[in-house]
Amino acid sequence: MRLLRFAAGRLAGMILVLLIVSILTYAVFYLLPADPAQLSCGKPCTPQRLADARAFMGYDAPWWRQYLDFLGGIFAGRSFGSGSAVVRCAAPCFGYSFRLDAPVSTLIASHIGVTFSLAAGAAVLWLVLGVSAGTVSAVRRGSLLDRTVMTASIAGVSAPAYLVGLLGILLFGFTLDMVPVGGYVPLAENPVQWAWHLILPWCVLAFLSAALYARLTRGQMLEILGEDYIRTARAKGLGERRVIGRHALRNVLVPVVTVFGMDLGGLLGGAVITERVFSMQGLGALLMDAVGNVDLPLLVGVTLFAAFLIVLANFAVDLLYGVLDPRISL
Amino acid sequence: MTAAASLPAGRRARWRRIAGDRWAVTGAAVVVGLLVIAAAAPLLSAVEGQDPYTYHLDALDDSGVPRGFGGGISARHWFGVEPLTGRDLFAIVVHGARTSILVGVAATALSVLLGVLVGMTAGFFGGWYDRITGRAIDVLFGFPTLILMIALGAIAPAALPKPALVVGVIGLFGWPGIARVVRGQTLALRGRTFVVASVSLGAGPLHVLVRQILPNLGATIIVYATMLIPGMIGAEAALSFLGVGVPPPTPAWGRSIGDAIAWVQTDPMFLVFPGAALFLTTLAFNLLGDGLRDALDPRTAGVAR
Repeated sequence: MRLLRFAAGRLAGMILVLLIVSILTYAVFYLLPADPAQLSCGKPCTPQRLADARAFMGYDAPWWRQYLDFLGGIFAGRSFGSGSAVVRCAAPCFGYSFRLDAPVSTLIASHIGVTFSLAAGAAVLWLVLGVSAGTVSAVRRGSLLDRTVMTASIAGVSAPAYLVGLLGILLFGFTLDMVPVGGYVPLAENPVQWAWHLILPWCVLAFLSAALYARLTRGQMLEILGEDYIRTARAKGLGERRVIGRHALRNVLVPVVTVFGMDLGGLLGGAVITERVFSMQGLGALLMDAVGNVDLPLLVGVTLFAAFLIVLANFAVDLLYGVLDPRISL
Repeated sequence: MTAAASLPAGRRARWRRIAGDRWAVTGAAVVVGLLVIAAAAPLLSAVEGQDPYTYHLDALDDSGVPRGFGGGISARHWFGVEPLTGRDLFAIVVHGARTSILVGVAATALSVLLGVLVGMTAGFFGGWYDRITGRAIDVLFGFPTLILMIALGAIAPAALPKPALVVGVIGLFGWPGIARVVRGQTLALRGRTFVVASVSLGAGPLHVLVRQILPNLGATIIVYATMLIPGMIGAEAALSFLGVGVPPPTPAWGRSIGDAIAWVQTDPMFLVFPGAALFLTTLAFNLLGDGLRDALDPRTAGVAR
């Protein structure tokens, strides 16, 4: 019951945030003087054709009206133009790319698999790597292993993903010829090839964050190992494995989850960069394509979609708190 | 011992702690070296006899790859030349330091200004204002800011100078971290006797914030500004890498690394030089920032390393 009320409160907060974020994003994009009608009007662009294009795309309405149309489109779908030239954009409609002649949601759907595979695999890898390296480091404080992990971690924090990615391609791809250096195979098509093609991108994206999480876990673990209840657990004869694994780790995970929630946005940004390095056709490639061609509806749609995605993911992380630490005020 | 007398002693202890931290000192030395290189970039490339803009097509073979060892390293071109154009890579790298540090420091200054402003007022006034800014900070923290930066950079009016735009966009999203820390510190300072006394003597909020609280935030601001700089440099490099940052022909490390994707197999040195410069810079700032934090915040001392 309490969890339910907590979830309901968080849900309301999340919807409010989504509304504010979408209004702000939309207003910014609207206020800047890029005119999609002008761009798609063609040559010669007579005032009449320009006005027609504006009316067709819905850019002749005031900005709040356009925003409401956009918002309505997400839930109910919308159509552009009228008569025989009508273009239908089904719900959830995140806008329509007139350049590619396709709804933004369709374009996102065909690109999200790559980005999701990349981000999810990397996140799993970095959480497992970071938390275990940090734990081992804390338990064997001052050992050679600890010093190596900590030195590697500050280097990892400082190295940009694309640099590590390119060096990885150079070393493991070209020089050692061990792994593929680009391309993507869908999971449904061939799971083994899917993972094989993603191994290098996963490692690249995970390596940098794993470093940060190793430092975080180590610091937290050292603090918690000094607590009374750990001494009690040891005093009543529990094995070290159980003390660390059950008693200490659970409390270490709370701040790790907090930071993970904050890093989700960064993960998506990192995925955009990693896609570029490994020439993968994900959301990042879609976004850069929109940027390169000044495809405004696509740009707004992808940006808002990414924002929605992150707010939703943060909501999930919030719920995870309640599971990890029952004391957190629900 | 009075409080006034113990302060300089505390400061001296901090200095000793920083000076005793080998890594922080190394970081500081590299940072100083970088600042010198950035300031003297035209001089350095003049010593070499090159500039970052002139094409040297004679240094390339027919497919655009630099002739000779290691991407065309020679007495004339110390780091070799850029593939396809033959521009001098040493000149590009030292001038790139200028771009990175100017953009990084300017964006940091903007973020620190915003963060201190929001954090101090939120911590001092509290109430609904504090709750709203707190929520905004939460949202911004988990936000895909890079994606927004890319999109904003793409649609901004062309009349706006691009480097200023990059500084504005990066700086605009960098303030939440420092705002949160400053808010916490302000909250603690607000309850201290000297602030309470000042308020009860009739001092206005502006006076208290600027004259009583701000001076006590100095150390925190310096530490967090130092820790922010590598992130800002990284963000500029990421935008330039994606082709939406500082426009050509202004040298930028991120853009060179982005260009190097196509040449990584035929001319790896084109990746190595700008890449190493970027890595060294962020590493040095990180080491210095970590050292400063450990020295000024006794709570984390010994835990981080």
